[in-house]
Formats: sequence, structure tokens, C-alpha cells
Amino acid sequence: MNQAVEHAVPEVVELRIPSRPEWVALARLAAATVANRLSFSIDEIEDVRLAVAEACTAVIQHESHGEFIQITCEALADSLRVRVHDTGRHGVHLNERQRMNFDEARIAGLGVFLIRTLMDEVSYDVHPQLGTDLLMVKRLAGRTD
Amino acid sequence: MDIKVNVRQAPGDCYLVDLSGEIDVYTSPKVKDALGDLIDRGVYHLVINLEKVRYIDSTGLGVLIGGLKRVREHGGSVNLVCTNPQIKKIFDITGLVKIFGIYENEDAAMKALV
Repeated sequence: MNQAVEHAVPEVVELRIPSRPEWVALARLAAATVANRLSFSIDEIEDVRLAVAEACTAVIQHESHGEFIQITCEALADSLRVRVHDTGRHGVHLNERQRMNFDEARIAGLGVFLIRTLMDEVSYDVHPQLGTDLLMVKRLAGRTD
Repeated sequence: MDIKVNVRQAPGDCYLVDLSGEIDVYTSPKVKDALGDLIDRGVYHLVINLEKVRYIDSTGLGVLIGGLKRVREHGGSVNLVCTNPQIKKIFDITGLVKIFGIYENEDAAMKALV
């Protein structure tokens, strides 16, 4: 099935995975499946797949991550919004340069760099009590608003 | 999901490493161990074939970069075989195309090693 979402109300898919490496594949599969529901190209679906995996990996690799990662995918008419929520109390360092070469980039920063490069909007919120939200938006080609 | 690693000896002191599957935070330690074992044995010229790799993320890139750094300390090199456009795109946007030799087939990658 590969029909574009054509209704005004967003379709929301939520997934909660243990914060362990073996579950990241499920998260990226779920995100790619939702992206496939919209009219994204194969290339764009792969972008979403990788960005969500990188977000989950960043959580897992952080020492103070929570027990679970909550992934929420909203299929909108013009975009896909993905929220990755970690109950750990830390922030992902997203204020790095949009583009850097290998000499400038540390290996540990590659994941964040990829997220910022592959997605159209990236932001995060750190809640002292609730954890960290990473919000990523991928817009359908030609949709800028 | 898994990653398969197959090591073949090529003429000279070069080795070919065939990777098959998905390289992510879960599977990359297996790749890291395989490359580490080779380097520990004194193998410093490697061709890593990514033709059957369907997916790679930053942890997989990190393992390849780590291997490259180690062999370079001994005057060695790592060349990659990759034609998958999704994989090549990741090497491109991260700038790693400037670090690794990336070739269309094993023969070209082997010839460029020496």
C-alpha cells in the first residue's frame, strides 16, 4: 500500500522501545513505514529511516538515557513530523554547523550531523523532569509551509 | 537483522572483507571486532565490500573510520566497494568520500590499494 495521506487530520503512530541497540531497527522500520504512507520518494524515506535511527542511537549512547524511547510519527498532508522522546535528562547537541568536513567532525557528532542534514527541521526541548524531545520534520517536496 | 562478515585473503598481504546486512548500533560491534582482529594480526591493507550492505548509520561509519585510522598508523589503507546509491549518499554528505577510496568493484579497489 502506498497511497498518500489525503485527509486533514494527522495520522499518528506511536512506538515505545526499550533504550537498547537491538530495538533501533524496529524504530527505523516504523518511521519508514509511516513515511511510505505519504508521497515521499524512496530517497526521502531512507532519509527519515536514517534520521530516526540516529536519534534513537544518540539516546542509547548517552549515559543518562531513560529506560524507554518513545517515537511518535505524525503523517500530515504536507509533511512528516517525528518526535523522539527520551526520559533521560540531557540534551542533544544540535547547534553544530550544518555542514562540516571529516577533519572538523568528530565521529560522535556524525549522527547529529546526519539528522540535521537529512531532515528539513530539527529542534529539541529538554524538560528537567520529563526528559528530552527531539522533533524532526520532513516536508514533502514542493511544500514549503 | 544481522550483519554477516566474511574475510578472504587476496594476493599479497591484502584482505577482502565482505559485509552483508545492516550496520547499526546493534551490529557494528561485530564489524569492529572483525576488523580489529585482522589489524591485530598485522593486516594493514584492506578492501571492504559493502555491496550487500543495505543500511549503514553513523556507528557503522565510526567503525570504518576507526579501522582506517588504525591501519594508517602502520602505513596501510582501506578501500571500499560500494555502488548502492543510498550508502554512497551517506559517505558523500558526511565528507567521507574524501577519506576513503570508494570503488565500483573489487578489482578496482584492490588495484588502488597497492
